[in-house]
Amino acid sequence: MAAFAAARSSRGVLSAIKASFNTFANVKHGLAVAPIAQSHLLQHARWYSVSHLSVHERIDRKRNAALVGGGQKRIDAQHKRGKLTARERVELLLDPDSFVEYDMFVEHRCSDFGMEEDHNKFPGDSVVTGQGRINGRLVYVFSQRNVLASGVVPQISLIMGPCAGGAVYSPALTDFTFMVKDTSYLFITGPDVVKSVTNEDVTQEELGGAKTHTAVSGVAHRAFENDIDALLNLRDFFNFLPLSNRDPAPVTECQDPSDRLVPGLDTVVPFETTKAYDMLDIIQGVVDEREFFEIMPNYAKNIVVGFARMNGRTVGIVGNQPKVASGCLDINSSVKGARFVRFCDAFNIPIITFVDVPGFLPGTSQEYGGIIRHGAKLLFAFAEATVPKITIITRKAYGGAYDVMSSKHLRGDVNYAWPSAEVAVMGAKGAVQIIFRGKTNQAEQEAEYVEKFANPFPAAVRGFVDDIIVPSTTRKRICRDLEVLASKKQTNPWKKHANIPL
Amino acid sequence: ANRGEIACRVMKTCRKMGIKTVAVHSDVDANAVHVKMADEAVCVGPAPTNRSYLNMDAIMDAIRITGAQAVHPGYGFLSENKEFAKRLAAEDVVFVGPDTHAIHAMGDKIESKLLAKAAKVNVIPGFDGVVEDAVKIAGQIGYPVMIKASAGGGGKGMRIAWNDDETREGFRLSSQEAASSFGDDRLLIEKFVDNPRHIEIQVLADKHGNALWLNERECSIQRRNQKVVEEAPSTFLDPDTRRAMGEQAVQLAKAVKYSSAGTVEFLVDSKKNFYFLEMNTRLQVEHPITECITGLDLVQQMIRIAKGFPLVHRQEDIPINGWAIESRVYAEDPYKSFGLPSIGRLSQYQEPISLPNVRVDSGIQEGSDISIYYDPMISKLVTYGATRAEALQKMEDALDHYVIRGVTHNIPLLREIITNPRFISGDITTNFLPEEYPEGFTGHRLTPEGRRELLATAAALYISAQLRSQRFMGNLRVSTTSQEQSQWELQVELEKKSHLVSLSRSGSSFTVSNTHARTHVEVDGGSVEVSGEWNLASALLPLSINGNPRVLQCLSRDATGQITLQYLGTQFKLRVLSRLAAKLTGHMPEKVPEDTSSILRSPMPGSVVAVSVKPGDMVAEGQEICVIEAMKMQNSLIAARAAKVKSVHCKAGETVGEGDLLVELE
Repeated sequence: MAAFAAARSSRGVLSAIKASFNTFANVKHGLAVAPIAQSHLLQHARWYSVSHLSVHERIDRKRNAALVGGGQKRIDAQHKRGKLTARERVELLLDPDSFVEYDMFVEHRCSDFGMEEDHNKFPGDSVVTGQGRINGRLVYVFSQRNVLASGVVPQISLIMGPCAGGAVYSPALTDFTFMVKDTSYLFITGPDVVKSVTNEDVTQEELGGAKTHTAVSGVAHRAFENDIDALLNLRDFFNFLPLSNRDPAPVTECQDPSDRLVPGLDTVVPFETTKAYDMLDIIQGVVDEREFFEIMPNYAKNIVVGFARMNGRTVGIVGNQPKVASGCLDINSSVKGARFVRFCDAFNIPIITFVDVPGFLPGTSQEYGGIIRHGAKLLFAFAEATVPKITIITRKAYGGAYDVMSSKHLRGDVNYAWPSAEVAVMGAKGAVQIIFRGKTNQAEQEAEYVEKFANPFPAAVRGFVDDIIVPSTTRKRICRDLEVLASKKQTNPWKKHANIPL
Repeated sequence: ANRGEIACRVMKTCRKMGIKTVAVHSDVDANAVHVKMADEAVCVGPAPTNRSYLNMDAIMDAIRITGAQAVHPGYGFLSENKEFAKRLAAEDVVFVGPDTHAIHAMGDKIESKLLAKAAKVNVIPGFDGVVEDAVKIAGQIGYPVMIKASAGGGGKGMRIAWNDDETREGFRLSSQEAASSFGDDRLLIEKFVDNPRHIEIQVLADKHGNALWLNERECSIQRRNQKVVEEAPSTFLDPDTRRAMGEQAVQLAKAVKYSSAGTVEFLVDSKKNFYFLEMNTRLQVEHPITECITGLDLVQQMIRIAKGFPLVHRQEDIPINGWAIESRVYAEDPYKSFGLPSIGRLSQYQEPISLPNVRVDSGIQEGSDISIYYDPMISKLVTYGATRAEALQKMEDALDHYVIRGVTHNIPLLREIITNPRFISGDITTNFLPEEYPEGFTGHRLTPEGRRELLATAAALYISAQLRSQRFMGNLRVSTTSQEQSQWELQVELEKKSHLVSLSRSGSSFTVSNTHARTHVEVDGGSVEVSGEWNLASALLPLSINGNPRVLQCLSRDATGQITLQYLGTQFKLRVLSRLAAKLTGHMPEKVPEDTSSILRSPMPGSVVAVSVKPGDMVAEGQEICVIEAMKMQNSLIAARAAKVKSVHCKAGETVGEGDLLVELE
């Protein structure tokens, strides 16, 4: 009798999960759960009598309810808003059939305002958590914050709806925050509260939309067109990251020859030192398959940061962007660069730095804003980083900004200069105006200064650059150096933690 | 004294002949290929041509500084400038070209026509006086004739007549029209050249009175009077016509005491009557095809002649060996009136020179900038074969293997022209492009089979990339779970239609079948086998599709399944999605594209010549808003609808990029 019941019930579980396919628009991840449930049941069936059937039925019902979440109506409503349900998102993000869900039976325990009513309770408590695989590699998925400390495993937040109040600190504490355009918001206080407190009229979008946070506040690192684009991009991005701080930067199969010459680099830097060029041309030319995952492409555009691969290995790239504000360092670009360098260092990702920096941006707004403090973050980040650091000076490397940009003085492992490099305290014109203040033959002095300092030799003579290289060989040189530096081990003196100039 | 491909071309021969070379260049060209190729280089001024490549003082200085003994002018710039030739002569520097007299004589349209007439060269028959008896004159000229208003223009008062009755009728109507349009009813009559072809004869003449004709070049494929595809010989000429044209060309050359290489251009009608157009007293852009079929190096011949040597060849030594085709590869957008200039940096550039019988004359390399200052030609792609069909096949291959990234180029148009059935049959005229593409060029039209090939390639490429992204090297602490999948169901979007594609893999070969198309059933049922190396880092995708070799190019590929492929020359945008993603895509909100009728963006990079409106002005539909100049061409931009001008974002003299906002309407 018991055996029969067991058989019946186990069949019941299976069909219940199958049934969930049909009712819930083809969700497949129930499959991974099924074998576990079945074995459980069979085991328990030996011990429990028929009277326990109701427990199995309750399990079925709860699981079913959890899969449907808020119900078909809510699902349709979500779709109408151009959004996917949490389960659809998880399914799209992870490899097929790889999701293993946790805590499906959790329910809230709130009893105020009628929340204890059954129809206000949802198994899984509106949250989907579990683990799965992205391109075969393990990933944990949460739809709310976990309490894991920063720096242990890379953490990425994808904001796909409104997120307000204290909850915004959950993404803020993760390593990367991505948003979906037009459907996601992040703010401490919403437009209504803003209105009542400051009398400011502002829409959700203006206050905390994707555009605001990726271009103005710098809170989010990238924005994508819609849920699907965001999730597919996230899969792509995940491939760049190591699984934890104890894993090396991942190496994928690479078809781009590591010794490929890049002839275009020989002409990329214009003759006139004042003329701009696009640092992305250099980065895309050097990296594998021209593939560069840029972080914060619309914020502090005078510095470019992002991930790429060199001979299959993930690297972090930092470059000044001469196209924007001459590539100078200011408060925002320093902070943007510093955070990125810290991430790379925390997760064993080598850093490649392309330098063309005329200096720190002068002016009261910068000084009042604390450029000293913020600039120091970048300096600190590079100095403390123990991952392989390779630096290429493409053109200007002036003064303090030169120092900050992963120079030899900050324990750079390999520092190269292109023939167009100018490592100096400042540009010829400015220098001559100071050194020869009031003198008449400034043009002549300027020419002399250019001859003496506006070239890579002074730095090379002192050993601040290891070699002056032909630009077209840059990729080849970096790939070779990364091989050598792959075994680099460097430890900083013990401390509880350093006090970064926050 | 030139730049780009022609400077490189001349220097190549100089090297062969052991002659040292000096390049002149503008400051922006300091890194250019022709500068690197030369033994010495002198900067002759800033970027605008009138201050550098047309700056005679600076070029004369360069000659003096370097002690150059001869100047090859190339084409364009100072190549047909008699003043320049004179100044060189005054300083005893050899001008590699004809003497001043010939340049002058052929430079003037009326004078050259009179000279040609005197040298018994066919010119377009016509009657220059005021027409009294139209029928009589028409009879003398021979039908068909064209009746034109003396004061006319723009097609007004212009008629074609094929017989006496039409002439009478046309004469009456045209004079009425002329009177009402121009207040002047005088008419002209001249021979009407129907289905005209542009065929030119290459001549070579020395300073000793010898002259040769080196056969013809067919240059009928043109857009806005600029040649696009040329070939030698012409499919149209028979040996007699060829000889007649050649002999007349030589007569003209002798009549003006021509020396050096020159080209006599003719218009040829459907009855093989040919009429002199003009003579170009320089090396032509399309000279390589003549070199291919005759085996002569024209630059070498020019240098020899300039030095005073007599011709070594006799007319009977000049062969026609095989067939040569030249495609002019331009940095321009062929979808905008068969080619509007585009600029940019050549981020990737590979010429198909590893293929046999392919010649590429170019003056650029990977990393070069195509700027607004100069001609947007990237290269001249020449293929050669024993027969025309072979040369055309080579051209197809060469175009498929040509990698150009960073600028928009006209390879889609070139590839369509050389595979156009009418072109292949040889039935072409100077109106070929507007006749074949009356609505403008729209790219390759996919056949059902082509569509299947393209869908299959995109799907296979997508899966190759997916599989590779699962392959991690080295030992990982947490092992990866491999998904040994060999069968996939995908949805591929192409040209706004969705196709369900199922795919199975064995090794590097994919079998792809379209289960059925969702919105269109023309591709159902077919199964395609695609195999290749699937090198995702390479710009070229050499594949075997159903056993046929095909070369596609992958221009871009991203994480969301967007793939841009170059297939048969044209770029196609596809999107490959898993079935799940495809199903969910329907829920994604459609992004509203910006209303383009109320904003005016620059269609190309260039400089603003004039802005005709200011904020608050009312503009009518079609009214000129501003003028952009790019590559020596002025383009008038007009209002798409009647509206009030909201704001103006450009000023005269400014440089603008493609897509820059110029003017906003309310």
